[in-house]
Amino acid sequence: MSGRLSLGLAGSAVVATLVFCTAPAAAQPVTPPAHYANVQLADPAKEASAKALMETLRCLVCQGQSIADSDADMAADMRALVRERIARGETPASVRDWLVSRYGDYVTYDPPLSGLTWPLWLAPIALLAIGAWIARSSFRRRTR
Amino acid sequence: MKRFALWAPLAIFALLFAVVASGLFRPADKVVRSAMVGKPLPDFALPAMVPGKPGLTSASFKGGQPRLLNVFASWCVPCIAEAPHLMRLKTMGIPIDAIAIRDTTPAIAGFLRRNGDPYARIGSDTASRVQLALGSSGVPETFVVDGRGIVVKQIIGDIREDNIGEIVQAVREAR
Repeated sequence: MSGRLSLGLAGSAVVATLVFCTAPAAAQPVTPPAHYANVQLADPAKEASAKALMETLRCLVCQGQSIADSDADMAADMRALVRERIARGETPASVRDWLVSRYGDYVTYDPPLSGLTWPLWLAPIALLAIGAWIARSSFRRRTR
Repeated sequence: MKRFALWAPLAIFALLFAVVASGLFRPADKVVRSAMVGKPLPDFALPAMVPGKPGLTSASFKGGQPRLLNVFASWCVPCIAEAPHLMRLKTMGIPIDAIAIRDTTPAIAGFLRRNGDPYARIGSDTASRVQLALGSSGVPETFVVDGRGIVVKQIIGDIREDNIGEIVQAVREAR
């Protein structure tokens, strides 16, 4: 009984997800994106550093893609913002900090080490250490 | 040791199962909240969107009275759904300003004609620049700004019947 109810809830969550994810596709801004959304900077060095930064910034409406990969309208606006600020001579770090101060660490795929994110950084090291320990003990058994 | 090794895979499976089940029944919160809540509004000056109604600057939020800042667009479907609730907030005496995202004058004029016009000022944000500065990640969103220009609350998505109470309370507390 409760299983069926829960399944029903999960099902409606799936439907809701589908509805909410497809809604923005029907609603598109009526104005074209900013110039630098899809146009590279003239200076190749600046374009390269802007592109590198864009690849580490999360698209806020698609959430699984960087703004460099995403075709979403908001990602286009964010690319234009990144390019314009880099063209103006800002460093990628300061552009990233500006966005983090607006959206939190969530916006970056390169999160800083903090009280909340330390497991992200330490878990791989811990897993490697456990792997090494298992490998060592199994090799030792074999030589015996 | 041997007994532990025998049960370890089952224990790991149970753990994994618990993680997946909790994700299924209590999905992660995917809402991107603004980090600007509690901070002063960023400085901005947006031109007027429709004739006869002024544009919007951050200075107009420092008049001593709390105001709502609604981020909307004519092309946004949930914005139509929240329009009657904004009209109700306006009739309750709460001043509402707006930022129109990537929109045109005729489209906004049509939207206001069809859905009502609760706004005192509307600024035109043609490249979502002010939206990004606000930490807003979509339309519609509404910010409650106190009389000194400090953001005190963010409502993500369309305002519904049951949001009215919390908005009125936030405005009252910001006075």
